[in-house]
Amino acid sequence: MATLDDLKKRIASVKSTQKITKAMKMVAAAKLRRAQENAEKGRPYAEKMNNIILNLTNGISDKENAPKLLSGTGEEKVHLCVVLTSDRGLCGGFNTNIIKKAKAYFKKISEEGKTLKIITVGSKGHDQLKRVFKDNIIEKMSFKESKTINYLDAEKVGKMIIESFEKLEFDVCTIFYNKFKNVITQIPQEQQIIPLKTSEVEGESSDDNYEFEPDEDEILNNLLPKNISTQIFKAMLENSASEQGSRMSAMDSATRNAGEMVDKLTIEYNRSRQAAITKELIEIISGAESL
Amino acid sequence: MSEEFKVEIVNPEQSFLLKEDVTEIIIPAFEGEMGILKDHIPIISFLKPGLIKISSKSGEEDYYVEDGIVEFKNNCLSILTSSIFNIKDVNKDKVNELLKEAEEHSKNSEITDQNKYLVDQKIDILKTIN
Repeated sequence: MATLDDLKKRIASVKSTQKITKAMKMVAAAKLRRAQENAEKGRPYAEKMNNIILNLTNGISDKENAPKLLSGTGEEKVHLCVVLTSDRGLCGGFNTNIIKKAKAYFKKISEEGKTLKIITVGSKGHDQLKRVFKDNIIEKMSFKESKTINYLDAEKVGKMIIESFEKLEFDVCTIFYNKFKNVITQIPQEQQIIPLKTSEVEGESSDDNYEFEPDEDEILNNLLPKNISTQIFKAMLENSASEQGSRMSAMDSATRNAGEMVDKLTIEYNRSRQAAITKELIEIISGAESL
Repeated sequence: MSEEFKVEIVNPEQSFLLKEDVTEIIIPAFEGEMGILKDHIPIISFLKPGLIKISSKSGEEDYYVEDGIVEFKNNCLSILTSSIFNIKDVNKDKVNELLKEAEEHSKNSEITDQNKYLVDQKIDILKTIN
């Protein structure tokens, strides 16, 4: 059995851990609010972008010659997967959930005999994927330096994807991220961004006859690359809100567990203290009796 | 009858500007400057580097944009852009910095004709701001 001193030390250590997790929870809660605000502020842009794209694709006259970003290369041999994770740990199942979803997809692809390429955004995802899929990872990115999610970062990722697509290095591009539902629930998502599935684009299309200047094709050619960056940006915003939410609930339960542990250890400590006192008393009494 | 319409400018990060009382707006559309008044037909176009001039009841405002997409529908003009600032709010250092960047970009020999054209436009505009 542990000595009194050991127990005392353990109680102290659990208590200080509890303090840390509690502080982390508070920080995550504050950051979550900001991340949620940002996600909401970014929504109008993505929505308008979707509306315009829908209107454009409805208005496009020559579907055969539509831009490749929309219609695809006609093949589905090489899949590019962009896995967006966080740069920091201690956020519950946040990263694991994305990785799990991505791995299931990777498995499906390799069973179908297609080539897989991976871009990881965020260091935690890279750490988890490099063990098994080291050869498939073509690029890793991390935006640890940026304090907040900004569009420039998303644009960097977007540009890289477009460049690689123009070199015909892949046919289908899918992104993986966590969608923020509420503090407790984050849903891992897979979303195909190239070729764009217009049926999955949310938004309202109108029957208005638009005038296009220059023509539809040229606008689409200009717009679709921007849309890639916008989608990535949206995913990054959702991800950051999810990360903080996930961290908050993880740290909340960690704090609670630490509290329970302290209670248990305190009871054990008191018991063994009393046992020691009783033992001493018995020794004194039996010593006095023997005289 | 009122002559006003709504203008909404959005950044990826946030809503940049919302004005309900715009009487006229001039935008640097890709094929030339375009003035838009109330009851314009629905149009979609995109922007090249230039100045957006907004005239409203409360006065005139100028904004610098580098790119973006414009949609006009039901008397509501939406501009989606990732790079915009009000000319009044910007200091010369920032403009000079952009100018320098653009000039370096323009000297790059691998640049395509179209990009070269856009960058030169940008340089001209920035110079006028200065």
